[in-house]
Amino acid sequence: MRKFLTSLLLCCLLLQSCTADQNASSGSPAITSYYLENKGSDTIVNLALAWAEAYQKIHPEVRISVSGGGSGTGLTALINGSIPLANASRQIKAEEIEAARANGLDPQEFIIARDAIAVIVNPENPVRQLSLEQLSAIYRGEITNWSEVGGEDRPIVRLSRETNSGTHVFFLEEVVRLGSKVDKTIFSADTLLLPSSEGIISEVRDNPNAIGYDGLGYVTDEVKMVALSSLETPDEFVLPSIDTVNDGTYSISRNLYMYTGNPPSGELKAYLTWITSAEAQQIVTSLGFVPIIIPEPAK
Amino acid sequence: MKPKRAVGDGIISAVIKICGYSSILFVALILFFLMREGLPALWDVKPSSLIQPRWYPIEGYFGLLPLVMGTLMVTLTATLIALPFGLGTAIFISEIAPNWVKVVLKPIIEILAGIPSVVLGFIGILVMVPLLRKFLDLPTGLTAFTGAVLLGLISIPTIVSVAEEALNTVPAGYRQAGLALGATRWQTIWGITIPAARSGILTAVMLGIGRSLGETMAVMMVTGNAAVIPAQWDSLFRPVRTMTATIASEMGEVATGSVHYEVLFLIGIILFLLSLAVNIAASAISTRQRKRADRILS
Repeated sequence: MRKFLTSLLLCCLLLQSCTADQNASSGSPAITSYYLENKGSDTIVNLALAWAEAYQKIHPEVRISVSGGGSGTGLTALINGSIPLANASRQIKAEEIEAARANGLDPQEFIIARDAIAVIVNPENPVRQLSLEQLSAIYRGEITNWSEVGGEDRPIVRLSRETNSGTHVFFLEEVVRLGSKVDKTIFSADTLLLPSSEGIISEVRDNPNAIGYDGLGYVTDEVKMVALSSLETPDEFVLPSIDTVNDGTYSISRNLYMYTGNPPSGELKAYLTWITSAEAQQIVTSLGFVPIIIPEPAK
Repeated sequence: MKPKRAVGDGIISAVIKICGYSSILFVALILFFLMREGLPALWDVKPSSLIQPRWYPIEGYFGLLPLVMGTLMVTLTATLIALPFGLGTAIFISEIAPNWVKVVLKPIIEILAGIPSVVLGFIGILVMVPLLRKFLDLPTGLTAFTGAVLLGLISIPTIVSVAEEALNTVPAGYRQAGLALGATRWQTIWGITIPAARSGILTAVMLGIGRSLGETMAVMMVTGNAAVIPAQWDSLFRPVRTMTATIASEMGEVATGSVHYEVLFLIGIILFLLSLAVNIAASAISTRQRKRADRILS
């Protein structure tokens, strides 16, 4: 909720400063304004806002408005042709591509950053590491007490994001079902579905029984991250960090996408090219996400 | 002069009539909209699927039982909490408190009514949830009971102001007669004033129940939203998921016209029917009371 409000506020400020700029420069008709509407995943909204702000500083003739609403909302708007650029924390579905084609569009995919899901517990909880199978069993409801995974004799309280969150679906597929396409297991019925990242963080911070998950970018110092092992190397436990996500040793990470309705050109193309630059990817790091290191800058 | 006045009167009474009938029209339209969007769910989802114990709509589990029972449990508990407090406060303000206390108390209760439920939800998360977990030694403080206490708080102001109004309309002569016959103050309140104001008090309770039934935000924040059928003895102190919270959190991302969308509207219909049932029950009780009172008076 707080995240949403801050982003709303940022949006307003951004828009306001834009109109102010425009008023100031209305005397010089040489500046042509390009207006870009960018919408979608709530996971990406803060990142997209930071990018838009930085880009507008370099290119004052461009106005970018960013809003959240979820990956599905953004892609739907893209398919309807109401926005040119959608943010998504999941890949576009086949039926969404079909719907876009029916509207005369040809959606293009761009990987803009990476995100890792951190598993968090209360700092008082002595459990430091879990295998992916143990984590899966916890969320399936097969493990119900912390003593079964090397902790104290306490009941496990499972926390999850709501089912409409991209993070929820990603966790379901990669952790609960361990990446299996045929496995139709779902979360244990008594999993608490909390409406916001803040809800999860605050419950984990206060409750030593709780276990939760959230995007690496949202994890604060008040909770403890758990080291995870992958299915391939069950004995190597890795904490999520920028390095472990990029070298592929941390097991639950995903790509973040932007989609355009058609192959981009002009200002839109320039913006997308800038996003993959070292400067823009620096912003990714500062927000707790993981940059896409295509050309690793020599340090 | 005369015809002009008649025309003016006619226009005003027509406008008032339209205002009056428009509320009927709105209810009818809302009902029609709910039915149109929600009833197809009964054909698209097998009835056996609707009464299964699991709600996990993104994989096609549409069991409504946990949601309905969750709402019923939270609302009933909230009413049990709010009723004594609300009625007690109303009686205190209307019958017992000296004038200056009344002047202070009434606006304070109105302020309480004006606090947005999101704010109460925040207080619930930050204060009540950790407190309940520690004192009752629960696995988590995000429980049905936490939600019920918050809902109780939210519906108390409604109950107080309506019930207090009802008590005020009881003619002073009733109380004076009671006291003159030698009844104590408490006997007068319990035996005369409250029965005389019964139908107004029932309306207060009904509005309070309606308020808890429809409240969304605060409940969504503190009940944990786990769709479990509350069937154990300690279910009140476990997480639940209410119908309103389900609609609020899932409506945003659901594709228009999909089965999930239809089932969410079906939940809306169930909520509508529940509040209708509360209304009908209350009005049935209050008319029966009036008849008995008429009999005694005659």
